[in-house]
Parts: sequence; structure tokens; C-alpha cells
Amino acid sequence: MAESQDPSKKQLIPASSLSPDKVHTWPHLVRNEFIVGLIAMIGITIWSIVIDAPLEEPANPTRTPNPSKAPWYFLGLQEMLVYFDPWMAGVVLPSLIIVGLMLIPYIDVNPKGAGYYTFRERKFAVSMFCFGFLVLWIFLITVGVFLRGPGWNFFAPWQEWDPHKVVALTNVDLNMWVAQTFGLDFLRGEVMAALFGLGLIGAYYSVGVTFYLWKGKANETIQKLGPIRYGIVAFLFLTMMALPIKMILRWTLNIKYICKLPWIGLNI
Amino acid sequence: MNLIQLKAKYEEIRKLVVESYVWKSIFRHGYKDTPRNRILMTASNVFLHLHPSKIRRHGIKISYTWCAGGLTFLFFLILTVTGVILMFYYRPVAEYAFIDMKYLQFDVPFGMIMRNMHRWAAHGMVILVMLHMFRVFMTGSYKPPREFNWIVGVLLLVLTFLLSFTGYLLPWDQLSIWAVTVGTNMARATPLLGNEGPLAEQMRNLTGLITPRYDARSLLTAGTIVGAPTLLRFYVLHCIFIPIVAAVLMIVHFWRVRKDGGISGPL
Repeated sequence: MAESQDPSKKQLIPASSLSPDKVHTWPHLVRNEFIVGLIAMIGITIWSIVIDAPLEEPANPTRTPNPSKAPWYFLGLQEMLVYFDPWMAGVVLPSLIIVGLMLIPYIDVNPKGAGYYTFRERKFAVSMFCFGFLVLWIFLITVGVFLRGPGWNFFAPWQEWDPHKVVALTNVDLNMWVAQTFGLDFLRGEVMAALFGLGLIGAYYSVGVTFYLWKGKANETIQKLGPIRYGIVAFLFLTMMALPIKMILRWTLNIKYICKLPWIGLNI
Repeated sequence: MNLIQLKAKYEEIRKLVVESYVWKSIFRHGYKDTPRNRILMTASNVFLHLHPSKIRRHGIKISYTWCAGGLTFLFFLILTVTGVILMFYYRPVAEYAFIDMKYLQFDVPFGMIMRNMHRWAAHGMVILVMLHMFRVFMTGSYKPPREFNWIVGVLLLVLTFLLSFTGYLLPWDQLSIWAVTVGTNMARATPLLGNEGPLAEQMRNLTGLITPRYDARSLLTAGTIVGAPTLLRFYVLHCIFIPIVAAVLMIVHFWRVRKDGGISGPL
């Protein structure tokens, strides 16, 4: 240790041994890692001394608690169950999230913004990711953890969880709502409802195609993406936006399903 | 013996040790602060040579990396150590699992703090790995040439969730089985492969498979309910299978960080 206290130490490291923007990993990086790691270890140790991990009564398959909540990091998905059937909320959408995340490097062709924080140079990418991550993931987890009580009903944090809270189930399917509101009674049948729903979903996804035909030639970004990458981006974007759209339809018009195919158990 | 004599004696002993054959066989270089030693410190150490010996100045800024990736790995190590200790006292059998939890909490020396650390570090690792992904996205660090490493990262994110989820069942209390019941019930709705999913009936008629006992959900739960076989299955996945896969992917992940040009930064 004697050498390191030597005031002439600085001369031992000639500037020429390093390119101007580089530093030695030892000590500069290792020191940071050591200090941050130490703080984290102390933090987790104190936390573990002060707060005990929960342990409830022994497992009892005959007594279902109300509400039964998944681990907190899956509560965003459990929250989606309010708006979609399990096959969508629990299987298809999570799979699309994983696949969509993996596709990001291949569909984001913008060379700017690599290696530094910027919003201005990649507005679309950053706003899409932030919307998906902060709103549809983190925010929905927060709702699931703090605002959902018995029967998966909504409770404000200051309200007592009343297991007998009655919430009127007035949800209707979209075809029924249209039939009711506009007097189009032919939409009430199952076959017409299915065609109506499939048509709506087709129309929804064809917005992406229409936008391509309309703006594709003039828009530089779409040109750079090319048709295949644009198609993937549009599909993932529209699928992601389907969740907030369905949420708003539920809150405002009490819509249950947009499309029903009861013969194969496929309801959206 | 005065101070000067003492110092001379210390120096003599120090030299004897440091210049001994055994010492030199372990430590290949001195500690004197020279550029050569600084580089050897990283290059000749199996753990530190994960890093390059020289690194770009912006890459070591905490405001850039948030240390999220490194801390995720640190938490994985904490979980490995505390997890192995817990394994000495825990039996993944429905009759014993909950009793062993009580035993750990009240009888095993340091059992409670080991369990607490394992629990809280698991939550911490899930938070950190999500933060790490957020940071990597915000800095555009998935852009060429790092596309593939982003994919490995997404797989590690999923594996972290699965590690945490399989561990959730092991205390075998009400919280465990019902959280896992809610989670695994989703698989019942898998299109084609889940007993209650879209097109399940058609699949059943076609293949004779896809019954409550044999579908995507029972593959996870090893039965029609979350029961004793599920506990054993989740235990093996939690302690052996997923950690090994995750460790292999971590090796690939860290290796690729180096091979793809180190921590990302402005050109």
C-alpha cells in the first residue's frame, strides 16, 4: 500500500498508455462495482433482518382464498383477464409480448440513438416501448396489486375489502349493442355475430394496410422498413393497442366480446 | 526494539513471504500501481477477466448503466448461495414442505434470515432484470451488432420470471398453491393444447389427447390440480433445470457483451 500513497504516483501512469476516452478497468470499473455491490448486499441484509418473508396457513386445496392473486409480476396479465378470455390474456398475448420483444432489434432500423439516451432521435420507438412497459405492464401490475380485492372487484386503497360487494354484470357483446342501439336486429344471430366480429377485426388490422398504401410512398421511415418489417410493426402495434381499446369499450359501453366464434370456443 | 527496528523486521518478513516460491506460484504479479499491473489485475484473474482490461470512460458511469445488469447477476449469486443453504433443510414432499418451512424459521440457526434473503432477493432480481431491460432499450443498446444478445436477454427475463414463479410454490402455504393455481390455470386455455382452450374439442376428437389429465396445464402441474406431484416438479425445475439453463444463457450473454464491442456507447 505504500506505493499508492506516494505523491509521485500519477507519473507512474503515462497518459500515452491509454487512448483518450479509455480508462483502466482496474481500478475504475471494479471500484464502482465493488461499492454498488456492497451497498446492495448491505441493503438486502438489513431488509431481510427487519422484514420477514410471508408464510400463511398450510396449503389447503379445499379452501380458495378470495381474491386469489398470482405473483405480483404476473398481475398485469391477470388484470388482462378482466378484458380478454384466458386464451388471449394468459397465452396468446404473453407469447406475443415475448416474441415482440425479441423482434425489436430486427424491426427497429433507425441507426440513431445507439449507446446514449435520446427521445428526439427515436420518438416512435421510445414512446411505444414506454407505453407498453410503463402503462400496460407496470401500471396494470400496480392496479392488480393495490386496487383489486375479492371477486377481482375494484377497491380503492382506503376502502375495506367487502367480499359481498355486488357489481352488476351488465356486459353485452358488441353485436348485441349495435343491434340494440341502431335497431339492426339481423345481427343478433350467432352466424351474423361471428361474421360481424370477424369483419370488425379484419377492418381493424387492415388499418395498417390502408396506412401503408396511403402514406407508404411518401413516408421515408416506412420506405426504409420495407413491406415485411412494416407489416410486423403494424401487427404488433395494433395488437398492443387492442388492449386499451378493449378496456375503454368495457368502461364506456360495457362490451364483453367483440367477436364470438362459440363453435370453437374462440371469443375475443 | 524501537520503531525503526520493528519496521525493518516487518520488511524482512514481508520479503520472505512475498518472494517465496509458494506466494509467487499463486500471485503472478505485484500490486505496485503501474499500467502493466493494472492490466494484469483484470487479465490474469479468472473472475475479473469477464471485463476488458481497458474500458471506455462513459461505460463505467452509473448514470448510464444503472448497474442493473451487474446487480441482477449479483442477486442471482445471492439466490444461489441462500438457495443451496435452504435446500439442506427443505423436503419437496407435501407432508413435510410446510413443516420444514416452520423448522427453518424457528429452529435452524440463521434459517429465518436465509429464507428472508432468498425471498426478497428473488423479488429484487425480478425488478432489476426489468430495469435492466428498460435501460438497454432506452440507450438503444440492442441495435447492431447487439441484436442477438437482446434475444438472449429476453430469454433470461422469461427464465427469471419462471424461476421466481416455480419458487413461489415451495413454501406450500395458502399463498403458494393459490398463486400457482391462478398462474397455471392459464395454460388450460392454450389454443389446441389446453383442455378448455379454443379448438380443444376438435383436437380431442381428432387425436384422443387433450383431456384434463393430459394437456398443456397438466404438463406444468403433473396432474389435474396443484398437488404433491406439482410440488416435486416445481422443485426440480426451480433448483436444477431452470438455474442451469439460465446460467448457460448468462455465460452466452456476458460473452456476447464482450464480443459485440463491450458496453454500448456513442460512436
